[in-house]
Amino acid sequence: METKGGARRIDPRLAAALAASRLTATSIRRLGRGGGTSAPGLVAERIDPAILTKLTAGLTDGAIVVAGTNGKTTTSRMIADILEVAGHAVIHNRSGSNLVRGVVTAFAGHASLTGRVGAGIAVIESDEAAFPAVVRLTRPRIILLNNLFRDQLDRYGELDTIVRSWRGALETLDASTTIVINADDPSLVALTDGLRARLVRFGLDDPTWRLDTLPHAVDSTSCRWCGADLDYGALYVSHLGDWRCAACGRRRPELDMTGRAIDLRGVESLAMTVDGPGGEGRIEIGVPGLYNAYNVLAAVTVARVAGVPDETIATALAAFRSAFGRIERVTYRNRTLTLALVKNPVGFNEVLRMLTMASGGLTVPTLIAINDRDADGRDVSWLWDVDFELLAPGDRPLFTTGIRGTDMGNRLKYAGVPPERITPLPDDLAKALDQFVAAAPEGSTAYILPTYTAMLDLRQVLAGLGAVETFWKQ
Amino acid sequence: MRVTIGWLYGRKMNIYGDRGNVQTVAQRARWRGIDADVREIGIGDPLPDEIDVFFFGGGQDQSQVAVARDLQGEKGERLKAAVADGAALLAICGGYQLLGHEYRPHDAEPLPGIGLFDLVTEAGPERFIGNVLIGSRWGELVGFENHSGLTHLGPGVEPMGKVLVGRGNNGQDGTEGAIAGTAVGCYMHGALLPKNPTLADWLLETGLRRRDPSFTLSPLDDTFETAAHATARERARTTR
Repeated sequence: METKGGARRIDPRLAAALAASRLTATSIRRLGRGGGTSAPGLVAERIDPAILTKLTAGLTDGAIVVAGTNGKTTTSRMIADILEVAGHAVIHNRSGSNLVRGVVTAFAGHASLTGRVGAGIAVIESDEAAFPAVVRLTRPRIILLNNLFRDQLDRYGELDTIVRSWRGALETLDASTTIVINADDPSLVALTDGLRARLVRFGLDDPTWRLDTLPHAVDSTSCRWCGADLDYGALYVSHLGDWRCAACGRRRPELDMTGRAIDLRGVESLAMTVDGPGGEGRIEIGVPGLYNAYNVLAAVTVARVAGVPDETIATALAAFRSAFGRIERVTYRNRTLTLALVKNPVGFNEVLRMLTMASGGLTVPTLIAINDRDADGRDVSWLWDVDFELLAPGDRPLFTTGIRGTDMGNRLKYAGVPPERITPLPDDLAKALDQFVAAAPEGSTAYILPTYTAMLDLRQVLAGLGAVETFWKQ
Repeated sequence: MRVTIGWLYGRKMNIYGDRGNVQTVAQRARWRGIDADVREIGIGDPLPDEIDVFFFGGGQDQSQVAVARDLQGEKGERLKAAVADGAALLAICGGYQLLGHEYRPHDAEPLPGIGLFDLVTEAGPERFIGNVLIGSRWGELVGFENHSGLTHLGPGVEPMGKVLVGRGNNGQDGTEGAIAGTAVGCYMHGALLPKNPTLADWLLETGLRRRDPSFTLSPLDDTFETAAHATARERARTTR
């Protein structure tokens, strides 16, 4: 992009795209229409379709692309934080807008109008559907594949379709790219089998947290090579674990990085040991649940591949704050509300497991808010893959709201929750929140479990009441 | 009294919350004091004789090939015989397609079905995704469709219903699903039965009448079911 003499040769199309993007971002902010995390990129992409390739070419330390169904926002935030603490200037599509336009928005915000990028490394969280395009446009140095679950099938089509499109993109990469995979997920091992890119595998080894039975939300229990049912020496979350196939002999490959000695501390935090070629390190972090142990392990593995020292990794993660909406606590009308985003069966099961772990049932009143807008998935059939049967014991009241609150109430009834414990509240989240808070004793704690757009709406309601700051300022 | 529910390929064919359908039949039996026993019938398992209500859900492409193979021969014949004898059956999406004569993919050999329903399905160029509302002999039914298969009913086959909102069997003839005696197949999931208790109770009652022709179900309080049905109907009308 720069000539030897230092004079910049300006790419007029790129400059126009960046100017238009900036103008869009400014207008959106002036109108007070929220974060503007995707429209500026959409405008820029229309003007210069090659904008992402041009801007990533200016990165000194390349791009890291994070994909997978669950935990990609949390994991990419962890990676970006670690790189920042390590002294890198990082571009990151942090607000969770992970389509190509969201990535372009993040880059355009960090570029001068002549196309000079003010960062050395990028952390790009990619949507499942956008992944092949993101890989093609950015030629990443490191790719992290977290896991593959059924998620919002109405948007993506079936899992098999995603696997085929990802494989096509990954086959174009050579050994200059490192692909970090969760080897506990048999579909990722199959997906990356025989690629030219360098592979680094991570997984868990901790008998304390093995599941006794396969949860209902499991999708990938067939061997991806021969079709036979898989056996598990240990199963941790959904279909993730130490798998093997008795029929064809395939099994979880040797791990390069292993997570063990995991200490889960309720809804607060966790600690774990990460063990690999660079030695063993203990991580303490303020995010809860076994699914976050996977996220931590993924982030640490990527950071090590990127050459960050262990001490820096541990320091950065100790200071990590929960990503928008995943788990957070707010104080409102003298109640502590714990909000946990729920967006698919696997994530929801892990949240339920975490909330009921201590006592075998819920310990506080709980509000579940289900919407069916595009970003939530318009198809609510996924509620039937969540193990709400975990909520049947106990006597704490359950409240439902959101556009599909009635589906949720019905689901709880069929899960064996007595109808008298289920209170349907109005669809309107402001009204529902008001009635829910009134029903919780003053000074107490209550849980709220919203889908994505319900979380956005609740945040807006709470922000209007002075309870939380708006997320894009984080 | 007891109802035995046979869940065909439950592990492999459970893509759109299908287990909700099985749970609904079982719970609605239990709430009436009828014991409910759910048996998963997997690949290689023989078809038990005592099934009153069969359920067959949807699956991913990879699973569907193995399941189609397993149904060929004696197992498929026994399933057809059970339905001819009065066992109730609900098949959705992939299960529905495999109970027709044949499924014709774009780029592979046709998958043979067992012809329990007189219909054929071919892979279509677009995916039909969205809320569905149909008029049927069980009243208005609500669900969600997500399929690219185009299903064509044989002459004289009674559809499950007439599409009011959505695309249905093929997006052309206004039909959704098919009925063959005590068997019903369709594309609507959601899960289907929890929001459509009239259909759930018809399956349960039909299955139990095979043994006791005078059997009648007692009524239940369907407040939650009716509310969920009303929301789904409203969403279908306003957002497709």
